[in-house]
Amino acid sequence: MATRIVSFTLNGKRHEGVVPDNMLLLDYLRERLLMTGTKTGCDGGECGLCTVLVDGTPLLSCLTLAVSVEGKTVETIESLEKEGRLSAIQEGFHVKLGSQCGYCTPGYIMAAEGLLRRNADPTVDEIKTALGSNICRCTGYVKIIEAVQYASDKMRKTKAAA
Amino acid sequence: MNEMLKPVTAPRSVRSVGEYVPMVDGPEKVTGRAKYTADLLEAPALDAAIFRSPYAHAEIIDIDLSEARKVPGVRAIVTGDDCDMTYGVLPIAYTEYPMARGRTRYKGEPIAAVAADTIHAAKEAAAKIKLTVKELPAYFTAKAAKAPGAVQLLEQRPGNIERDVFFDLGEVDKAFAESAAVIEHTFHAAEVCQAQTEMHAALADYDALRDRLTVWCSTQVPFYVHLMLSRCLKMDKSKIRVVKPFIGGGFGCRTETLQPELICGLLALKAKQRVRLLVNREETFITHRGRPESDIRMKMGMTKDGRITGVEMEQDQRGGAYSSYGIVTILYAGSMMFGIYDLQHARYIGRRVLTNTPPCGAFRGHGTVNTRFAFESMLDMLAEKLGLDPLEVRRKNFLKAPTFTINDLMVNSYGLPECVDWVEKASGWKGKRKNLPPRADGRKRGIGFACSHYISGASKPVNWTGEPHATVNLKLDFDGSITLLTGAAEIGQGSSTILVQVAAEVLGLSMDRFRIIASDSALTPKDNGSYSSRVTFMVGNAAIQAAQNLKAVLVAAAAKRLEAKPEDIEVLGEVYRASSQDKGLTFQEVVIEALKDGGTITVKGNFNTIPESWGGKKYRGAAIGGTMGFSYAAQAVQVAVDEETGEVEVEDVWVAHDCGKALNRLTVEGQIQGSVWMGMGQAMSEETEYYRGLPVMPNFLDYRVPTIADSPPIHTHIVESNDPYGPFGAKEAGEGSLASFIPAVANAIHDATGLRFDDTPFTPDKIFAALDKRARNAKKA
Repeated sequence: MATRIVSFTLNGKRHEGVVPDNMLLLDYLRERLLMTGTKTGCDGGECGLCTVLVDGTPLLSCLTLAVSVEGKTVETIESLEKEGRLSAIQEGFHVKLGSQCGYCTPGYIMAAEGLLRRNADPTVDEIKTALGSNICRCTGYVKIIEAVQYASDKMRKTKAAA
Repeated sequence: MNEMLKPVTAPRSVRSVGEYVPMVDGPEKVTGRAKYTADLLEAPALDAAIFRSPYAHAEIIDIDLSEARKVPGVRAIVTGDDCDMTYGVLPIAYTEYPMARGRTRYKGEPIAAVAADTIHAAKEAAAKIKLTVKELPAYFTAKAAKAPGAVQLLEQRPGNIERDVFFDLGEVDKAFAESAAVIEHTFHAAEVCQAQTEMHAALADYDALRDRLTVWCSTQVPFYVHLMLSRCLKMDKSKIRVVKPFIGGGFGCRTETLQPELICGLLALKAKQRVRLLVNREETFITHRGRPESDIRMKMGMTKDGRITGVEMEQDQRGGAYSSYGIVTILYAGSMMFGIYDLQHARYIGRRVLTNTPPCGAFRGHGTVNTRFAFESMLDMLAEKLGLDPLEVRRKNFLKAPTFTINDLMVNSYGLPECVDWVEKASGWKGKRKNLPPRADGRKRGIGFACSHYISGASKPVNWTGEPHATVNLKLDFDGSITLLTGAAEIGQGSSTILVQVAAEVLGLSMDRFRIIASDSALTPKDNGSYSSRVTFMVGNAAIQAAQNLKAVLVAAAAKRLEAKPEDIEVLGEVYRASSQDKGLTFQEVVIEALKDGGTITVKGNFNTIPESWGGKKYRGAAIGGTMGFSYAAQAVQVAVDEETGEVEVEDVWVAHDCGKALNRLTVEGQIQGSVWMGMGQAMSEETEYYRGLPVMPNFLDYRVPTIADSPPIHTHIVESNDPYGPFGAKEAGEGSLASFIPAVANAIHDATGLRFDDTPFTPDKIFAALDKRARNAKKA
């Protein structure tokens, strides 16, 4: 298998690595970089658990070749906690119990992060649309919606205060 | 905030029970720091792959490994020849081998496994294994498997009956004869599986120098895994350590030892190395241990004022190829007719049948769900026939606690009446039933209601050893921190949070003082695991006792230092004082005093069930159903039915759940909502399907789990009946609300359309076919 050098921005830092042509971004993050925050729950494109942001847009890392992010910006769950503080969405999932077993949580948080960056005040229907391709088996989704609303409120209040 | 700047307040105990408390391990989950089995990548390991049977039923003639062995990088291959020990749940039902021996009984059953330097090499080698067989007749339905002349799947199970159950309590025929109405109806429930988001995973590290094995795996029952590893690997238990990392859901599929951890252990032993086995989603579906396909015939009688006179139920379950929890499931299906209403006359004929499909096991609401679907549907059908309100019918049959049911189940607390009242009011039942106008888009609307219940742990353990049901250790050391040690498996239900909460509550301390270490056999006391909703009740009580014991040690130390009697010591959170004038001792001072004589303090708390809760002996297996406390739930479901497509939209759900006492309102709400929603999955869309034994839905596109877009709001209310034996009065919260969704939505569809659906899931094709048939019949007439 041919390999190539891929360089991209990963969680705010320049990153360069030797990547086999057929390696998925998911496997590159988890197995090469040991960044195991990004999860996988299916055999390809069915569950949304592996969602990361590529150039700010939620993308399934299990359907993305690592070589395809050349020159792009990749953000994973590991990027959100800063200086000992949870991001608003992380806090929402923690405080409102949007996370039970937690296995689907990183994918939801990244999908919600993508949503709130493009729509700071989403309706319930907009939240459902944005998170519609992620599967959670624990919560019944009620508290996931509340977690995103909590984050949206908090982010708007923080912005207003600033 | 700087300690010095904190406002001065009177010393006081800190409350944690009864509040909305986010989970103690929440930060790990939302940051990606939580390590699940597949995330344990720090040390290099061989990767493993399983070769599975392509035959539904066949005699194994030969397994040729010669080509597989030639693949570069292969380090070990194991087959049925490497393990001649069976495993299972009940000692009377150890019927399964980690890999098939002599015969394979379902498509997807493990035949062999390979450990290699890379996953690619492991998969390549697995694909080169040649299996030679003589095919046997295969049975994909309970009916076919139990037909006369069918080839027996297991030597020890004549007629392919894993277990038949019969009881006849009271005078059923007389009860029917004295009824104002008697209805008999059949129901069918499709097989469903847990489909937890984390695929099964195991990591086994064999230390050949010391002959010791450590296994990390995705399980709800690390102790059972420990037992079965010891049995199948023929290793002394003391040589094995089992650790449960974070796990991505369970819902019952992991309440027994599964093949991945056994096969991974066998490979590690053979390769004398660390081996990782990650099975994919398709394999996880094959390993499902879900709720069996059930055929139910139920006959129920009622007086004209709505009292249930008697019930007769016949239930056949398609159990799959091996025992798993089968005996327990078929027994629960009968015993859980009781414990919710006053039922004095009941007969049950249950059959658990072995078939050439993957084994079924214990799925959330174990055993009770399909029975409740039939039972609560029948209540509505009889109410309709007798012109009674469905809620009034339920009310007419309430139990009066404390009581024992006719099959000797103990009921001490009973919050069902309050649950029914709340749901009636909150849902607007009175104005809505038979009265909901169609929606603007033309969809017909309806509302339905049902109740359900569940046990708070089985009072008799699967493995009877004479030990207490639960043990918790608390360690207090020089640093003033308290470590709670428990074998209880945190599976996302919040058990670690609850245990810290109750211990903190007893001591009046902030939860910040505690750390919790759970589910590591080298460190934590043994625990039977997370199943049958036992942890809060049993381990919670053990944690309370441990905390009380620690408090006694601290009070004694404070008394000694303050030269007072222990009974005169007042404990106000972090302050221990002898009188209100006394400024008292700080917690740290008390700890120093307490450690003086004996050093580090470790105290223990235990919990045992009482014999009255063990169920009776009126029939074989009557202990199944025995529990220290039943939870109760009532729910109303509102639907909109599109008569042109047969699509049913669940618009709204109102649920009330009696959990005795909500130790943590946040996690109790989460458990109730998750249960209701999982019931909705079974009711609306989920079902497995096989083509001649081959699973044709082993992915999230074909196995239809409701998405967030399909899912309704769930209005949730907590009822607190304060169970006399529960920890602070608590009972279970994580299963009881599941079963009532299914009949409630069936009753709602009936309210909307006038049609009775008795076959889950209620998919658009079934609804449409029934509506179409009715329309054709109306035309003819």
